[in-house]
This record gives sequence, C-alpha cells and structure tokens, in this order.
Amino acid sequence: MSGPKSPHAEGGTPVIGPGHSLASVTDQISKIVLTRKTPMGWFIGLGVAMLGVGLLISAIGWLLWWGTGVWGLNQPVGWGFAIINFVWWIGIGHAGTLISAILLLLKQEWRTSINRFAEAMTLFAVMCAGVFPLLHVGRPWLAYWLLPYPNTMGMWPQFRSPLLWDVFAVSTYATVSALFWYVGLIPDLATLRDRAKSLVWKRIYGALALGWRGAARHWERYETAYGLLAGLATPLVVSVHTVVSFDFAVSVIPGWHATIMPPYFVAGAIFSGFAMVLTLAIPIRRIYGLEDFITMKHLDNMAKVILATGMIVCYGYAMEAFFAWYSGSPYERYMMANRMFGPYGWSYWALITCNLLVPQLLWSARVRSSVAALFAIAIVVNVGMWLERFVIVVTSLHRDYLPSSWGMYYPTVWDWALYLGTIGLFFFLLFLFIRFLPMISIFEMRTLVPATGEEPPKKGLHIASAGASSGASAGEARRP
Amino acid sequence: MSHLAPSAPRPADPSLPWRSLDEREQRLAPLASHDEVGVAHQHDEVGAAHLHDEVGGAPSSVLSSVELARRDFLRVVGGSLALAGAAACTRQPDEKIHAYGANPEALIPGKPLHFATAMPWASGALGLLVESHMGRPTKIEGNPDHPASLGATDPFAQAAVLELYDPSRAQLVKRSGAISTWGAFLDEFSAALGAQRASGGAGLRILTPTVTSPTLHAQLTQLLREFPRAAWVQWSPHNRDAARAGALAAFGADVNVHVDFTRCNAVLSLDADFLSGPSGVRAARDFAQARRVRRESNSMLRLACAESSISLTGAAADRRLPVRPSQIRPLAQRIASKLGVAGVAGAPELSAELAAWADAVAADLAAQRGACAVLAGLEQPAEVHALAHAMNHALGAVGTTVRYTEPVECAPSDQAEALRALAAELQAGRVELLVVLEGNPVYDAPAELSFGAALAQAKLRVTLALSENETTALSHWHIPATHFLESWSDARAADGSVSIVQPLIAPLYDGRSAHELVAVMAGKAGAKPYDLVRAHWQAQHEDDDFEGFWKRALHDGVLPGKRFSTRSVSLSGAAASSAAGDSSSSPANAGSSAGLEYVLRTDPAAYDGRFASNAWLQECPRPLTKLTWDNALLIGVATAQRLSLANGDVVELAIEGARVEAPVWIAPGHAEECVTLPLGYGRTHAGPLGTGVGFDAYPFARRNARWSGAGAQLRKLGRKHLLAVTQEHHDMERRDLVRTLPLGGLDSAKPHPALAHGETSMYPPVAYPGVAFGMVIDLNTCIGCNACVIACQSENSIPVVGKEQIAAGREMHWLRIDRYYEGDPSNPRVLLQPVPCMHCENAPCEVVCPVGATTHSPEGLNEMTYNRCVGTRYCSNNCPYKVRRFNFLAYSDLETESLKLQRNPDVTVRTRGVMEKCTYCVQRIQEKRIAARRTGREVGGDEIVTACQQVCPAQAITFGDINNPQSAVAKLRQEPHHYGLLEELNTKPRTTYLAKVDALDARASASQGEPR
Repeated sequence: MSGPKSPHAEGGTPVIGPGHSLASVTDQISKIVLTRKTPMGWFIGLGVAMLGVGLLISAIGWLLWWGTGVWGLNQPVGWGFAIINFVWWIGIGHAGTLISAILLLLKQEWRTSINRFAEAMTLFAVMCAGVFPLLHVGRPWLAYWLLPYPNTMGMWPQFRSPLLWDVFAVSTYATVSALFWYVGLIPDLATLRDRAKSLVWKRIYGALALGWRGAARHWERYETAYGLLAGLATPLVVSVHTVVSFDFAVSVIPGWHATIMPPYFVAGAIFSGFAMVLTLAIPIRRIYGLEDFITMKHLDNMAKVILATGMIVCYGYAMEAFFAWYSGSPYERYMMANRMFGPYGWSYWALITCNLLVPQLLWSARVRSSVAALFAIAIVVNVGMWLERFVIVVTSLHRDYLPSSWGMYYPTVWDWALYLGTIGLFFFLLFLFIRFLPMISIFEMRTLVPATGEEPPKKGLHIASAGASSGASAGEARRP
Repeated sequence: MSHLAPSAPRPADPSLPWRSLDEREQRLAPLASHDEVGVAHQHDEVGAAHLHDEVGGAPSSVLSSVELARRDFLRVVGGSLALAGAAACTRQPDEKIHAYGANPEALIPGKPLHFATAMPWASGALGLLVESHMGRPTKIEGNPDHPASLGATDPFAQAAVLELYDPSRAQLVKRSGAISTWGAFLDEFSAALGAQRASGGAGLRILTPTVTSPTLHAQLTQLLREFPRAAWVQWSPHNRDAARAGALAAFGADVNVHVDFTRCNAVLSLDADFLSGPSGVRAARDFAQARRVRRESNSMLRLACAESSISLTGAAADRRLPVRPSQIRPLAQRIASKLGVAGVAGAPELSAELAAWADAVAADLAAQRGACAVLAGLEQPAEVHALAHAMNHALGAVGTTVRYTEPVECAPSDQAEALRALAAELQAGRVELLVVLEGNPVYDAPAELSFGAALAQAKLRVTLALSENETTALSHWHIPATHFLESWSDARAADGSVSIVQPLIAPLYDGRSAHELVAVMAGKAGAKPYDLVRAHWQAQHEDDDFEGFWKRALHDGVLPGKRFSTRSVSLSGAAASSAAGDSSSSPANAGSSAGLEYVLRTDPAAYDGRFASNAWLQECPRPLTKLTWDNALLIGVATAQRLSLANGDVVELAIEGARVEAPVWIAPGHAEECVTLPLGYGRTHAGPLGTGVGFDAYPFARRNARWSGAGAQLRKLGRKHLLAVTQEHHDMERRDLVRTLPLGGLDSAKPHPALAHGETSMYPPVAYPGVAFGMVIDLNTCIGCNACVIACQSENSIPVVGKEQIAAGREMHWLRIDRYYEGDPSNPRVLLQPVPCMHCENAPCEVVCPVGATTHSPEGLNEMTYNRCVGTRYCSNNCPYKVRRFNFLAYSDLETESLKLQRNPDVTVRTRGVMEKCTYCVQRIQEKRIAARRTGREVGGDEIVTACQQVCPAQAITFGDINNPQSAVAKLRQEPHHYGLLEELNTKPRTTYLAKVDALDARASASQGEPR
C-alpha cells in the first residue's frame, strides 16, 4: 500500500503490507507467541540449537579441565579463534544497537519492524561474545581480577591495557543493550499479559510487564527512559568496536598497529551486523508469514546499509595496504605481502571476495529485490567478516618481527567446537525468543498502520505520539 | 605453628623446674637410652606432635612428667578438645618432623653449598662445581679451577643433574628382568668368580668404556694380576682409535694433541668439530679469546673448516668448505703439498673450487707460520691425522701453538680391534663370565660383530648400568650403577689433571659403582668407593700431610701436580708419504660411483646414545637443525632437490645390506651427494622417553668404515614423519637482526632512520638512578653450543613439553638461539643469536597486561609476577622478540618425586595458564644484593652472574650494572659494534648485542675473490 496519507512509505515500497488495522497487527504478532500452534520446525530447530549448546558445554568443560592448550594456540600466535570469534560476535551485535538507537533518533520508521529482533540478536551476540574473553585466559577462575574492585591485594587492574578497556566497553554494552531491549518490550509484555489465556503465562508476562497499564504517565516515563537509553546506546555503537579495535591498534605488531583500525572496525561491525539481521529476518518473515511487516523495503534498506558500510570496510583494506607500502617499514610491507601471498593468502583473497566483490552485486536493484540473493549475500558477508578477523589476528601474529619465531596456527577440533557451540547458543536463545516474546514490536508496528484520519501526528518522539494517538497503548480493553 | 618447636624438654637444663626427684630422674631416663636421632623420631607420631604443637611449649613438660596433676590434666584435655575442633576445620597435611639433631657442617637452611666434582668422559673429565640445596644437587656449574672447564660447561654436563633424578633410572638389582637382591647376586657372582679363580680367569672378560679413572685403572690392573688369563677390553663408540693410529704413524708414539688457540691467527679444521662436546668447553674459551673483537682490535683468528656434515665448528668458520668425506684426504694432501710437507709432492686431482679453497687456506696458514694449527677430526682416518701432524710440523706450530702429551686414557688401546677379539671369543663360547661395567656395547658396537648375539654366548653376563639398556636386556644380572653425582671416583682431564669425583648425594637407589664391583671381583666385597679412591691416592702420596692434600683436592676439584708434561716427538719421515700414498685404499673412495657417501656423527643431544632418555637434551634444539626429540638423515639442498625429497620425507637407507627407515632433514651447507646419520637414536631399551625415538644409525658403523663410507642407497617411501623443530624459517628477510660488520669497520653500520629522531614517547622518561641491569651478548664469540639454553632450564626449573607440544610451537625455553642462514644455501654463512628477554625499558608487554602481572623494577628488570598472571597472552603477542613462554597446559611435572628434588628452591614452579620468561636470574640478583646490603654497599657492577653467562664456554654473555662505568657490561655498550635488536621500535632493550665480525673483510687486499 502506498496511500498518500502514509508518512512512512518512501518511494514505491511500503514498510507495512496493505490492509492492516491496529487489531490485525496486534493479532498477527501476538498469536505467534500466544495462540498459534508451535510449528514442528520450531522444535526441530530448537533441538539442533540445543545440540550446539551441548557442544558448547563440552568444549568449555574440556577447556577448563586441560587448559588453553587444547586449542591451536602457540608461541607466535597467542590469540586465535577465541579472539576472532569474540570480535565477530561483538560486531554482529552492532546492527541491533544501530537500528534501535541511531535509526530511532534519526526517525527512520522502517526500523520498527526489525528493531526488536535486531536488539535480541545484539543481546545474544554479546552473550556469545562474552564467552570468549573469559575462557581464552589461562586461568579463567581469576578473570575477575580484570575488574576494579577493592581487594586485600591492594591491586588495581592496569588501566593502560586495552583489554581492560574492553572489559568496560563490553560490559557497558551488554548492560545497555539488555536494558534497551527490555524497556522496549514492556508495553508488548503488557499486551501479552492481557491476551494470554493461561494463568501461568498471565502471571509471567504480568510480572515482566512491571504493572504497565498504558496510562499517559506510563507512556511519558517510557518515552523518557527509552529516549535516554537510545542516547546512551548511540555512542556505544561507535565506542565498543573502537575499543575492541584498540586491542590491536595499541600493540606494536605489524598489521595491528594502525590508526585506521577504529573506524574500520566500526564500519565492519555494522556491515556484519546488518548481514546477520538479513540472515535472520529473511527466513523468519517467510516462516511466520511476516512479509507484511518486514517488507521488501526493509530488505532493500538493509542491503543499502550493507553496501555502504562494505565500501567503508574496503576503503579500510585499501588503506591498510597503502599504509604498509607508504610507511616504508620492511615489517609492515612484509606483513602485507604475507597476508596476500603467504601461507594464509587464501584467507585474504576469500575475505576480499566476500567483503569487497560479492557485496557489489547490491548496486543492482534487481539483486536487492531478490530475497534469495540477499540471503546468499548476507551469508557471504558473515563469512567474510569472520575471515577478516582471522586475517587480522592470525596473519599479523604468525609472522612478526623476528623470522626465527615465525610459526603457523592450526585450529583444533576444540577451537571449532567452541565456535560452533556459541552459534548453537545464539540460535537456542533466538528460538526461545521468537517463541516466547513478540519478535516484532507490536505497539510500534501499530503506529505504522495508516492513521484513520481524525488524529494528526503529534510532536515529540515519534513512538510516543503514535502510541498515544492510536489509543492502543496497552491491553486488549483499550484497543480501539 | 612451628614444627621446630616441639622438641623434647631439655632435661639437662638445670633451670627447668621439677617437683620431685623421681620426676627429674624420669625425665632424664628416656633420653639416656636414645641417641639424638631417636629423640627426633619419638616425635614423629603425628598425634603426639600435634598435641605438643597445640598446647604450646610449656605443657610438653607437663606431659612428659608421669605425675600429671588433675588441674593440668583438665587444662590439657580441655585445650586439646577445643583445638581439635578448630583443627578439624582445615585438615593439616601429615608432616613428619625431623629435627636437625646434628646440623651438618656449614649447612645453613636456605643457603646452597657448592662442591667440586667432575664429569668423566672418554676424552677427559670436565671439572664441575655443583650447587647443593639441603643435600640435593640442583645445578651444575663448571669448576673455574679445572683446566678443561675454567668455569664453563657443555650442555651434557648441564643436563647431568636431570640424569641423576631421571625417574626411569634402574632402581633395583635384577636377574633376567626379575627383581633380585645384591646378596643373591653376590652368591652367584662369587661362585662364578671362584670357578674363574681356579683357571686364572681364563673365562673372565671385563668390558668397560674408556677408563680415565686412575683408581679404577689401578683396581683393574690389580685384578688382572689376580686373574692372569682374564682380559679387560675398553670400548667407547666415539673413541680415539683413528687419532691414535695417526699419531703412531706420524711419531711412532700415541700422543694427544693440544692446540692453544689463543696463540693462533689461522686454524684449519679437517672435519674436526673441536668446539662441540665436553672437550669443546676449553677449546671454545680459547677460541673465543682469539676471536674477541673490541674497538682497538685489528685482528682475529681465522678459521677454515672443511667438513661433510654441519657442525658448530663449521658454523663458526670464516672459510667453510662442504666436501664429501672422500674428498677430505685429497684436500688435506693438497694443502700439505702447498705447505711443503715432504713426501706429498704429487698433489691429487681436485676440482677447481676445492683447489682454490685449498690454496687460499694454505696461503693463509703459511703466512701465519708459528701462529697457526691444523686439526683433524676424531672421525677422520689415521692418514688424515698423520697429514695434520706433518702440516703442524711444517708450519712450525709444534712447540708454539701445538703441543703433545700422553693420551688421556689410562690404558690406551685399539678399541675396535680389542672388541673384535672379544666378540670372537664370545662367539667361540670361551667366555664364561662377562662383566660389563657401564657402556652399552650391544647397542653401539660395530655392526658386523653382531655383539648382541655374541654376548649371549657368555655363560654368565653381569652388567652395571645406570638404566636399563640394550645390554642389560641381554644380561643375566643388571646391577644399577651409581650416577657420578652420587658416588666417589676420580677422573683425568685431557691435560692429565686429575679430579676427585665427589658425590653430592647418597645413592638414590640401590646403586653400585664400577669401583665396588671390581672390588667384589677382587674379593673385597663391601669396600666403599670412598675408601678405594682415597687409598689409591694415599698410596701415591709421598708427603706427610695427606689429609691436607686430600681436603685441598676435594675443595679445589683438581689434584695438584698431575698435569701431563709436554712430550716431544719427532715426525717420522715416512709418515706423511705413507699417508699421502695411494688413496684408493681409503674405504671412503671405494665405490663412490654407486650411491651417496655418508658420514656418521655423534648427536648434539643424545651423543652416542647415552643421553637418549634425557628430556632436557632431547628437547634442546639441535644447534643447527633446530630439531628436537628426533634424529634425521641430513642431506644437502641440491641433493635433496635431485632426489625430490622434502623435510620429513621418510626414506629407506640401504648400505651394504643394512637397511633403516629414516626421515630426511635438508641441511643447508651440507656436502652434496652425501648424507649424515646422527648416532644415538632408535634405542630399543631406553626408558619411556628414549625408546623408539629416531632411527638407529649404528648398523652402518662398521669397523672398516666407522665414521664414513660410500654406496648408500636412498629410496623414498612416500611417507612423512613429523619432525618437531623450534625454528622453521631460516632467512632473516633482509632485516637487521644479526649484524655482521667487517673487521676494519666496526662502526660502519648505518643507524636506522627511526633512531635519528631520538626518543619520542607519550610517557615521561624513567630515570634509573641506581643500579641498572643489562646484558650484552657477543655474537662474534658465541658458537651456539646450547649450554646456556640448558643452564637456563636447569636454573629456572623450566618444564619439558614433549615432541607434540614443540611441533605445536609451544617450547618453553626462556633462552633460545636463533639460527639464520645467509647466502648460497649450498654453503651459507650461519648466523647464531641467543635471544633471552630483552628487558626493554619501554616494554611493549607491560602496557598491555590488564592485571599488571608484568611490571618494571627500578633497576630495569621486566618482572613477571606469576601469581598475578591470569594468562591473557596479550604480553606475548605484543612482544616483538617473542621471548615469552606460556603454560598452555600443565607442563610442570608436579607428581614425580625424584624430579622435585632437582628444582631450584629459589624459583617458583609455574602452573598452567601462566606466562613466564627470562628474569635475568632474578633469584641470583637478589641473593647477591642481599649479601651486598648486609655489608652496607650496593651490589657491584660485575658481581651478579646469570646462569647463561656462567656456563658460556665462549664467555659471550656479559651481565651487570650498565650505570656503573667500571662494569664490563657498561664498557661493552660503548663498543662501536654494539647494537640493540629491533631498537628502532624504541623498546630500548637492556639485552644488547655485539655484532658478528667478518674476519675476511679486513684483509680486503689479500682475500679478494677468495671462496668462502
């Protein structure tokens, strides 16, 4: 639908399918949680994901029993899969924050249908990421020493270390993401409470809804809180991956020691995050019949973001190569040559293919309108961004200054087990999320339903005005 | 609660209160019936000890009194119950309490003692000073007063302490593999000896390794007098047979050659690896002295080396020529003829390259008449030795740089011939009682003797051996031998000096020494080695004060006045010409057209096989190949290419019917069309660590081709064998890492442009006003012998990780020796660089540690706090030198009891998940500093000696206070060729280097275009 009254549909493609009323939106989203029969596929999917969680637990158990030596790490390559996966997961999380916070503040309404599960994705990705820095240390039971807490040793952490900054950045990020996600859920939890048939679910959703009644004061408080959190989350989009990139940029190792790292990492994070949102959104909208809510417009916009951030990332690659040459440093030059033509050269060219060449297809509107093509490209970008971290971590370390110490890094079965295990954990949480919580923000979607005409849009934060205008802030009873 | 507190009440103390005469007497009575040790053991009962502990000192007197007052009783019981409840909360480990009833003389708990002893070798003993902590030897140093050591050692001596504590050592007397007793052995042995006594020992044969112990020699001589028809055979696989024959040919007398490198300007080595092994310790010291280059130096010793395999000596050579073994003799003849040695006028045909090399070397030697020397390797045939003798005479070296003495063996013999005769007797069944006193002839005897089969013909076979080996497996009796660190003996050094081998610890197991076994044979069962050794020297002592002499000898580690005097010998005219005669008789030349030539060499780690189960040596990277836990067939680059072989390819090697499968390692600089077979591996009975490691090359060591031959056939099997190396990349990638400068231009190195800007840093500069520790390593004198690597391992309790972990890149050595090749791979220049922690002033590791586990000390040490380390490995990633080592797994063996004894009590044992690295031996720093501060002064500039520095035979490592201008290290830092590794990174390393010096560059006019 592209009615003249819809302020949300730019161009030809709508951000919500035609023919939806406030009731139908609420109904269609909440029934996935409440009334619709759980499809068999969900059980199968959850079962597979649980196998992944089992693998994760085994991998962690094995690691704790024997030590980091069960991985393929060695003398030149002190960081391997753990750090690669950590950076990869953190990067994936970024799209959620970007969509929730920055696009919210920029009033990009098309974000509405994807922000909830993008935020959930952020949260789960950060949880997966959090597994690695804890477990990759030699003595994980002492990892709390990285926290600045008063202790009898009279010791503070060492504040000059980027790893410590990581602790702060990631824990802040996890906290803000969780809060943001939860606060945004509250009105919908109230909706679920009101619509739930079973007393148990009424109680559970009721407790989680924190007594939300959709009162004007509630909406006012909600607006303030959500706006503040959006404001808090916005710098995090930039800062978290900047700090993560400092792990590398602050060091002296050729291939790590580069000022391009922070912007290049942030762009890479958004790039990979949007690819992950696409990877998840495309099957979900298909399976749950949400094509009306997650429309081609969304997919198109996300593809454009991927293209744009992908170009920034590729600029980063070009600059890395340029700096290596322009620095005149034999170590930098060798690093670059080794990246391209050394024993891990395949990973560099695979990365260039995945992150530079394949996304160029997105220039074509036809490709952007093909769901299958977008899904394939999103997967390729996910792989490419993982390879990028592999290239940065491994090819820089494995041949640094003294050729006598050069070595090779070969991941072991336990490296893979932990990585696949976190993917299992991610999907496990995601499956639970889509079954038990509204994966699309119901009340925000209602704002996208074309206004019936009598209420003009009010000022202030868009969501608040929409919520108030529709009069469907919470609860079945107050639904028009 | 102190465990020293609960001593018995001191009854002798009259001040102690007593209540009745009865009580007083009873208190005295039990003591009178016990010796002091007994008193200590009385308190071993844990319960009693705890009771004493818990109720404190005073009630112990109450308990010991029979008359226990009611109130006292209640007090004690009540207190015990209360404390028992408290004690139950945390279970205290059961500990036995042993009071020092009698404190051993000079022992202060926590303070190590050092005792002089010596490590016996066939080529002459190495004098040692062994550090002992509370009665257990932990670290071996060289004895500065011993002529073969001068304070340094080789890697073997460093690893000997681990051999002592090796858990796989034989611990029990065994008969045919079953546990037996010494008494049962004596019964059977005495009966057999009794039978022999009747026949004068006609069926008695004794086999020993080369004996350099005067006492054992005297014992054996005496024994042979009692058994006139018995025979004593010596066999060491790496023996002096060829050198002996060469000396006999040249001089008609068996003499040992001693070269004084300090007086040499030019040296030619004909396949003589004189820098390796125990005899290389002194040679390396003198060699380094002659090659040490400082600001004012304008000359240094030039070494030319023609060799087939790759050796430390070849790596140190200025002119190195890889040649097949068959080419060495013609090469020597050509040089000899150029030098005017009589009788070799007709120089043989040589290729242009070899001839040019020979002529250049001959010219250099001739120019340095009287200040040069020619050495022939032990592995070279007698003719080459004779030629070397002739050349030394022609060069006027004898009397100036070369001198001759008696051989070091107490009874020099043609060992191969003696062993052949013994094998024949064994085969003929004429040997009834065979006594093998150490050594492992079944494994290392020449292949065609089939010594194992021969040995099995003896009626009763008795073998004395440190651990089970191939010979004990075929013996009736295996008597565990004592290690040289746990038994008395004596041993001669190469120059004739005698050292008493003084034990550091009582035998750990039921071991006996060769002295004891020979004494048993002489009918003196029960004689103690101490008495035997002491009696031997007492009998020879003429002076009155033997006690003083003996104490002095034990203290100094060297008996005075035992050095050999120089022997003057005259060259027999025929020698050189006979040596120069027809070279077709040389086995190396026979059939060279078919197949490859080969050389056999002792291994830098396993030596002749005796160290196959020594984990430190096995894990120590071989100096040039950097291989660990294996031997490999070494092959030249072009030959490997021709046979399309790559590293790790398994080949079948066949020489005259003997076959073995071996992995290949391509060795740059190895002679082409020739392979090296390192000995000492493929052991079948060498404990859990040594058994089945590598391949056995002894089947190719034949009597007529002991060390080299021709006709080896290689067949590629299409399999791969994992070879664990610690350094995979040979090329410096044109980086300025090991700097080489011409002799005349020590200051010609261009500073890195990054250094032109001076220091730029975000942080304010740190001042080091007091002591500032630093180390300088002289790359020009370092020979890469690995002694420092194992010394560091021994001093710092560095764990062994095993082959798989090495292959995974997780070696733990805090100090490594980097080896690079430069130039043509067929004969590259070898560059060696020991790399410990650089202790950077701007240490990249320190800023990135999130928990502050690695920090800087005010003296500039980069310190590692193990307790604080959580193991992020960020420090290691950010270390440009990659000197940090991580405990990826639980590498330290915390279970094996005997290994606990070896550990340095001053060093923390690191657990899993912790980073570690070189500390500049901070425990040694602290020890010296505490000692200095007690006398109210700061520690001196050169006072502290690190483990690597102390052991270095070349004295290439200097450590001290760089702020003290008088210190050696501060002076070296002023040298023009001093530089820091990667200093352009502004790390400001405290460990710095003196560049390698190219001796040939200085003589640009004379040496232009000479082949290297």
